[in-house]
Amino acid sequence: MPPIQVFLAAITLVLICAVLVQVRRAHIRVEYSVSWLVAGVLLLLVALCPGLLPYLADTLGLDDRPLTLLLLVGCIFLFVLFRLSIVVSSLKDNNIALAQRLAILEYHLNRNRRYEENR
Amino acid sequence: MPAAPMTATQTHPDSLVVNAPADMLVLIPAYNESACIANVLRELWEVLPGCAVVVVDDCSADDTAHIAERAGAGVLRLPHHLGLGGGVQAGYKLAFELGYEYVIRIDGDGQHDPRDIMRIYQTLKETGVEMVIGSRFVPGSSGYRTTFLRGIVIQCFRWMLRPILGRPVRDPTSGFVGVNRAALGVFSRVFPLEYPEIEALVVLQRRAFRFREVPCSMRPRAAGESSITLWRSMGFVAHVLLGVFVNILKFDGRTRGGN
Repeated sequence: MPPIQVFLAAITLVLICAVLVQVRRAHIRVEYSVSWLVAGVLLLLVALCPGLLPYLADTLGLDDRPLTLLLLVGCIFLFVLFRLSIVVSSLKDNNIALAQRLAILEYHLNRNRRYEENR
Repeated sequence: MPAAPMTATQTHPDSLVVNAPADMLVLIPAYNESACIANVLRELWEVLPGCAVVVVDDCSADDTAHIAERAGAGVLRLPHHLGLGGGVQAGYKLAFELGYEYVIRIDGDGQHDPRDIMRIYQTLKETGVEMVIGSRFVPGSSGYRTTFLRGIVIQCFRWMLRPILGRPVRDPTSGFVGVNRAALGVFSRVFPLEYPEIEALVVLQRRAFRFREVPCSMRPRAAGESSITLWRSMGFVAHVLLGVFVNILKFDGRTRGGN
């Protein structure tokens, strides 16, 4: 196995283990670990199947295998980042709505308190 | 039918006493405006005694909220900084819940003349349009000299909005804006977060709402610095262009019902 694929296998194993450990410690929610685990498994497949990387390089018309690998990693993490952007945007919207609701409820509470005091 | 707004005869911390229309709320988004906010409120109540006012404090690092509260205004304190759009929308949501028919938004830096508020209110009420913009560039307005760069930016937005809105708008970046309850209902649910003025026009246009511009006077800032600096201008333009484009894509039927 070429050194670059050994390196890739090691890195992806570390990634998968790290994600699983963080899920176990509840630092990453299960639903958000899926993207990382899928990315890790795909890269592990590329690393462990000796013929897969040359096949992909030929299919894409690239002579350079490291470049093919880089392109593959880039594409996979592009999708992971895209999914995380959707999650972050949704969280931000929820956070804004919650902050506004909290402020409005606090306003009503303070208003009622002052109203009672002035009665 | 939502709960009726407090009337002038009711004792309420928001509406001190009379003269100002009971169905109108003045909304003042403020962020670190401790140097100006007391004067803004004092001047407002000199012109419109008893006017219901809510200052939206966008988690200021200074004493803005305390000063506004001591002056007698209702203060909506955001738990963390949301930016102008988030703050204004919080105010709109509150006004909608309190049952106000008209909300006029003015800046907390003293640039807007409170004597123009009633012109906006009357235009909203008499014409039935959903939004009235206090414009610095229509005949009858006075006292505003824009910088060269800002002038170019505003002109670009005019050109961009002309085909989208189907009519010209002279002052698309004005923060002196009045809305009626129909627009309030829409903005309570959908409101742009950053640089909201221009995108808000597109949001209303997509619902076939109407707007009108009335002259207003604009004064130099009493203190502090504008949030839109030279360095932010490019980001401002890019952000607004993208926001307008996204709002056009969100087209979901032209109805004047507010949904």
